[in-house]
Amino acid sequence: MVPTQYYLILSAILFGLGAVAFVVKRNIITLFMSIELMLNAVNLAFVAFSQARGKLDGQVFVLFVIVVAAAEAAVGLGIIILTARNRRSLNVERVDLLKL
Amino acid sequence: MNPALIVFFVLAALSVIGALSLILQKHPIHSALSLIVVMVSLAGLYLSMGAEFVAAVQIIVYGGAIMVLFVFVIMLLNAGEEEHTDFSKLAKFGGLPLALALTGLLAAAMIHHAGSVPNPANPDALASTSSISMMLFSTFVYPFELTSFLILIAIMGALVLAQREKT
Repeated sequence: MVPTQYYLILSAILFGLGAVAFVVKRNIITLFMSIELMLNAVNLAFVAFSQARGKLDGQVFVLFVIVVAAAEAAVGLGIIILTARNRRSLNVERVDLLKL
Repeated sequence: MNPALIVFFVLAALSVIGALSLILQKHPIHSALSLIVVMVSLAGLYLSMGAEFVAAVQIIVYGGAIMVLFVFVIMLLNAGEEEHTDFSKLAKFGGLPLALALTGLLAAAMIHHAGSVPNPANPDALASTSSISMMLFSTFVYPFELTSFLILIAIMGALVLAQREKT
């Protein structure tokens, strides 16, 4: 049996890598993928705690997170298609209308 | 060494390598494929934790539907290689320690709270899938119904966003 701490450390590492990818990457689609990576890391923590406590609430929450992620992917990719159509570029640094 | 530990370390290494590859790859399609590796290895971890329903949903919804949507959009927009941008000096030397600090802080906070969680008597007693469905349709029935509204709104939002403007 694997200790819960190992899963939590892995979850923190994956979340940190997702956060780094969100800041480092310049392609808007890759930014979106790093958000999905962070959601996955949180799901791992949910399932690990669910297993540690012996209750299933965490796994039900993971299902809700997956539903929200699917809805977010649909809307977000629609926005990405719109942005790419208007700006003719996928680089987030080109999307700077609100920048001072 | 415990076989469960070996399985954990193989899958954990696979997922961390996939996440690193997501950052290091220049082309978005390569990043998408490495994200699929992360998701499938996480599904394996869920399976090893006895959460077989979550593992199946992870592969079907994440690895299947969402990632296919991503690959579809990458192909549709004909996304090329990422343009190289220069990092500022501050980001170069301050970024990595701050990222490590974030990871360490998260791990420390979660492990601190995991220590106060009492371990269950027998974790194998969780009859997973049928119990999840019972909870989903009794305790969590209102959130479950709300997700159907959420999906409906997401469908409408995606349609409105993706259609061409009428001229």
